[in-house]
Amino acid sequence: MTSIADIWVYLSASPLLHLALTLVAYQAGYAVYRWRKFNPIFNPVLIAIIILVTILLVTHTSYQTYFQGAQFVHFLLGPATVALAIPLYRQVARVRKSALAVTVSLIVGSITAAASAVFITWVLGGTRDSFVSMAPKSVTTPVAMGITEQIGGLPTLTAMFVILTGITGAMLGAPLLNALGIRDWAARGLAMGTASHGIGTARALQVNEIAGAFAGLAMGLNALASALLIPAAWHLIFGR
Amino acid sequence: MVEWFTVLVVFQLAGEILSAATKLPVPGPVCGMVLLFLALVIYRRVPDGLAKTAEGLLSNLSLLFVPAGAGVMLHFGVLQHDLLPIGASLVVSTLLTIAVTAALMAWLSRKASGTAPGPKPAAPEPEARS
Repeated sequence: MTSIADIWVYLSASPLLHLALTLVAYQAGYAVYRWRKFNPIFNPVLIAIIILVTILLVTHTSYQTYFQGAQFVHFLLGPATVALAIPLYRQVARVRKSALAVTVSLIVGSITAAASAVFITWVLGGTRDSFVSMAPKSVTTPVAMGITEQIGGLPTLTAMFVILTGITGAMLGAPLLNALGIRDWAARGLAMGTASHGIGTARALQVNEIAGAFAGLAMGLNALASALLIPAAWHLIFGR
Repeated sequence: MVEWFTVLVVFQLAGEILSAATKLPVPGPVCGMVLLFLALVIYRRVPDGLAKTAEGLLSNLSLLFVPAGAGVMLHFGVLQHDLLPIGASLVVSTLLTIAVTAALMAWLSRKASGTAPGPKPAAPEPEARS
């Protein structure tokens, strides 16, 4: 007779358990999000992460073990990023018309994100690891980790800041933009993509296709701008 | 479905190769997005199957961040130690970035469109989902 413990041991050795857990946790998060009428405060990613981390901590499962299953979901980020070309293509006329506005806003936004993040962390007494790793927090994860490496931060710490920034933007962006009275979908999307990369883009896509297209564009452009600007500025200001 | 997923993966691969070959500081998938965008500009329309596949992926985009997000559990120590500076920085800097970028973009687009007020979004409240 197989005991529950045996089944548990079998399942923990296969990636299926943690793949299923990831999907179920997200469904739970999404159910709450839908139940709260898509109020951005009930961010499904955040809810899913809280559920997952709680389960992993309670069952003493390491992140490495978990990721063996979760990597199948994680992998789809690549093709999904490529797919952002489609909403962008559909809005190409609108994007072309505002090319100058996009470029200027994006560069100013990109500098604001990096400079304010480092300054605030430093001024409030954050350790060196924290404020250095904070610099590329608004940049999509793979690029952000590369930037951190160049300026002497901790790439995995940066990855965490990037995700938390994305969730913060997705939760608080819409209420802030409403409070500021900014109704232009292009401006709203561009700001979400610049400040909170793919997670902000996911939220923008859920709300409006124009916003989604500009958010996807901003995410890509901010990755490029930050990768060029942050290491250069860092060496200029801190001399390494 | 599978053939269009293949297209996305092949563009991602092409993007990875382009990114590695040119040493551009842009990740492969973002290069792949640019390549697919250029392909669509040349082809001048989005094939139905590709549109459906992309929509399937993008409507679940936020799910794809969950595995990486669970990585916060690796850094509880740092989070605890630097809770105030990290928390304040994440919230204030992110809100500041959104406000500055959106306000500048809205202002510049309004200026560019001159006297004619640009096409305003029909719905005032952006919260509803289809």
